[in-house]
Amino acid sequence: MASVALTNLDPASRAAARGWSDLTIRNMFIIPTLVFLIVFNIFPLIYSLGYSFTNFAANRSEPWQFVGLQNYRELLSDDHIWSNFVITAKYVIVSVAGQMIVGFGLALLLNRSFPMKGLITTLLLLPMMMSAAVVGLFWQLLYSPSWGPINYVFGLGDFAWLSNPDSALYAVAITDIWMWSPFVMLLSLAGLSAVPQHLYEAAAIDRASWWYTFTRITLPLVSPILLIALIFRTMEAFKTFDIAYTMTTQPTAELIAIRLYKQAFQQWDTGKSCALAYIVLIMVLAITNLYVKYLNKVKER
Amino acid sequence: MRKIVTSVIAGIGLALACGTSVRAQDKELTIFWAEWDPANYLQELVNDYTAETGVKVTVQTTPWPDFQTKAFTEFNAHGDAYDMVVGDSQWLGAGSTQGHYVDLTDFFNQHKLGDVMAPATIKYYAEYPGGSGKYWAIPLEGDAIGWSYRKDWFEDPKEKEAFKAKYGYDLDIPKTYAQLRDIAEFFHRPDQKRYGVAIYTDNSYDAMAMGVESAIFSYGGDLGDYATYKVDGIINSKEAVAGLDMYKELYKFTPPGWGKTFFVEDNQAITGGLAAMSMNFFAFFPPLVNKATNPYADVTGFFANPAGPDGKRFAALGGQGISVVSYSKNKDEAMKFLEWFIKDETQKKWAELGGYTCSQAVLKSEAFQNATPYNKAFYDTMFMVKDFWATPEYAEVLDQLNQNIYPFVVGGKGTAQEALDKTAADWKATFTKYNRYK
Repeated sequence: MASVALTNLDPASRAAARGWSDLTIRNMFIIPTLVFLIVFNIFPLIYSLGYSFTNFAANRSEPWQFVGLQNYRELLSDDHIWSNFVITAKYVIVSVAGQMIVGFGLALLLNRSFPMKGLITTLLLLPMMMSAAVVGLFWQLLYSPSWGPINYVFGLGDFAWLSNPDSALYAVAITDIWMWSPFVMLLSLAGLSAVPQHLYEAAAIDRASWWYTFTRITLPLVSPILLIALIFRTMEAFKTFDIAYTMTTQPTAELIAIRLYKQAFQQWDTGKSCALAYIVLIMVLAITNLYVKYLNKVKER
Repeated sequence: MRKIVTSVIAGIGLALACGTSVRAQDKELTIFWAEWDPANYLQELVNDYTAETGVKVTVQTTPWPDFQTKAFTEFNAHGDAYDMVVGDSQWLGAGSTQGHYVDLTDFFNQHKLGDVMAPATIKYYAEYPGGSGKYWAIPLEGDAIGWSYRKDWFEDPKEKEAFKAKYGYDLDIPKTYAQLRDIAEFFHRPDQKRYGVAIYTDNSYDAMAMGVESAIFSYGGDLGDYATYKVDGIINSKEAVAGLDMYKELYKFTPPGWGKTFFVEDNQAITGGLAAMSMNFFAFFPPLVNKATNPYADVTGFFANPAGPDGKRFAALGGQGISVVSYSKNKDEAMKFLEWFIKDETQKKWAELGGYTCSQAVLKSEAFQNATPYNKAFYDTMFMVKDFWATPEYAEVLDQLNQNIYPFVVGGKGTAQEALDKTAADWKATFTKYNRYK
C-alpha cells in the first residue's frame, strides 16, 4: 500500500516530534499545491487549447462555433504574424547574445579579489531588481532626442532612437541587455568560483597561455551553467512584453507577445489568441528542448 | 477552549451581519471612467447629489491605456463592480449589441433629450445603430480635436513680416490645412530647438487615428459608409488619400522623436516651448491656461480644426456618454441619478466645474463661451464633428488602420494610396468575417 511506503519519516525531524506522519505532510502541503497548480495552471492550459479550435470571443454573447484548424491556418498564413516572429527572432538573438557577452565579461572581471568587490557586485545587480515597466519608461527618457543624456554623451544630436523604424527594436534590445546582463553575470560568477583552483595552478606551471587556459579550463567547466543562463534568457526574451510595450509603438518593434496582447485584450479575438499562444508555446518548447539536449551532452563530457 | 472559539466565531458572525445590514441601508453608486481631470470634476459634481439624496456616488478611475481593457473585462464577466460607465463613443456597438448597456430609449424620449443635448453628441455618444432611434447613453463629456498655439510667436511683427514675404499672405490662425502646413514649416527651426507643430502619432489605441481622421474628414473624405459598411472607394478615395498625405506632411515639422505621442506629449510641446501649434482634445486644454502648469499660459491661444481645400471643415470626435451597466444591482438608483444629471442646473454646474457639457442651452450661453479662452473654439467644433466606426468590431478595425498608416506617416514606408488601399481591403475582410454584408 502506498501509505506503508510513505511512513519512513526521519524520526529526528521536527515533523516527527510533533507526531506528524508522511501522510499528514502530504495532505497538508502537497495536495493543496497540486490542487492550486491544477486549478490555476493545468486547467486553463487545457481549456485554452479547446478555445483555440473555436471562434470564441470573450466580449460577445453569441454562441461560438468549432472551427477546427482554421485559427492556426489563418495565423500561419498571416504576413503580419510572420513579421512579428521575425522581429522577435532578431530581438532574441541580439538581446540574448548581448547579455551573454556582457554578463560573462563582467563575471570574468569580478572573479578575482579587489577592494569593495561585494559592494560593486551588488550595485551591478541593481538593474535586474527593477520593475521592467519602470526600466522601460526610464530608458524612454534616456533615449529622448530633445533632452536625453544618451544623445548628448555620444553627440548624436537629434537621432530619435525609438521613433526611427530601423533602430527602435535595437534600442529596446539594448535596454534589455542593460537590465538582464547582471543575471548572466551572477550565474557565471557562481560557475567561475566553482572551477578548482589547482587546475589553474597546474596550467600556470605548464606555462599555458591565457587563451589556452580560458578555452581549455574555464569555458568547458562553466559552460553547463552558462547554458542554463542561456535557456532562461532565451525563454524570457521570447516572451518580452513590458519593456517593449512601454518604450515604443513602432510596428518594426512589435514583438509577438505584444501582438498577442492586442489580439486578446484589445480586439477580444479569444479563440485566435489562444491558437497564437499555443504556437508561441510550441516554439519556446522546441528551442528549450534543443538547449536541454545540448546541455545534457555538455554535462556528459 | 471550545467556548472561546465558539464565542469568537459568533462575534465575527454578528459583526458581519451588522455590517451587511448597515450597507443595505446605505445606497451607493459607482461610476467608472478614465483617470483625467474631468473625472475629478465629475466627482465634485456628484458630491452635490450625495448631499441632496444621501446616496453615495464614487467615480472610480483607471489610466487611459487600460480603460477599454478593464471596462470590457468587467462587462465580459458580467460583473456588477460598476453601476454606470462613462464609455468611449466607439464602445456603443459592443455595449448595446452584447447586452452590456441598459436600453435608455424610453428615458431619452420621456425627457426629450433630443432637444436638450447638441445634435452631434446624440448621434455619436448615444444612438446605436446610427439612425435607429435607439439610445444607450446620455451625452456627458463633449470633446473633440482642437488646436493650441503660441500667440506671441504668431503676433510678433518681425515674424509676421517674414511670413508675408515668404508665403504672400498674413500670418494668422490657419483657416485651412494648407495654411496650417505653411505656418508649421515657417516656425520649424530645429537649430533653435523650435518646431512647427505637434500631432498625435501613438498607435497603441486611437490617438493617431483621431488625428488622421480629422484631416481626412476636412479634406472631404470619409472612413466608410457606416450604414452599409462599404469601404472600398471611400477610405481610399482621392480625398482621403490627400488628407493622409497632409498628415504625413505635418509630421515633417514635428519635434524630434515624435513617434509615440498622445495628449501628454502634445501638451508638453506647448508647456516646454517646443512647438508653435499643437493638436489635442479640448478636455486636455485646462492645464494650458494655468500658470502653474504652463509657463506660457498668457500667450497660449486656441483655434478649431481648419478646413480642407474645398472649405469642408470637420474634427474628430472624442468625448463620452454615461451608460447604465446591465449587470448592476442598483439600476433603479442609477436611473434616478441620470434624471438628476440631465437637469439644467446640474449641467450648468457641470460646465462651471470644468466639465464639457453637451447641453445646447449651456453651450450657447454667453457665460459658457467666455468662461475660458478655448470654450468658443469648443462650441464651434461641437457642431462639426465626425466619429470613428462604432461597430462591435471597432477595435479590430482600429488596429488594422494603425498597422497600415503608422509605417507610412512615421516610418515613411510606401504611399498614402497604398496604406489606404490596404486598409480598405483589411476592413472589407473584417466586415465580411462578421457578416456585415447581407
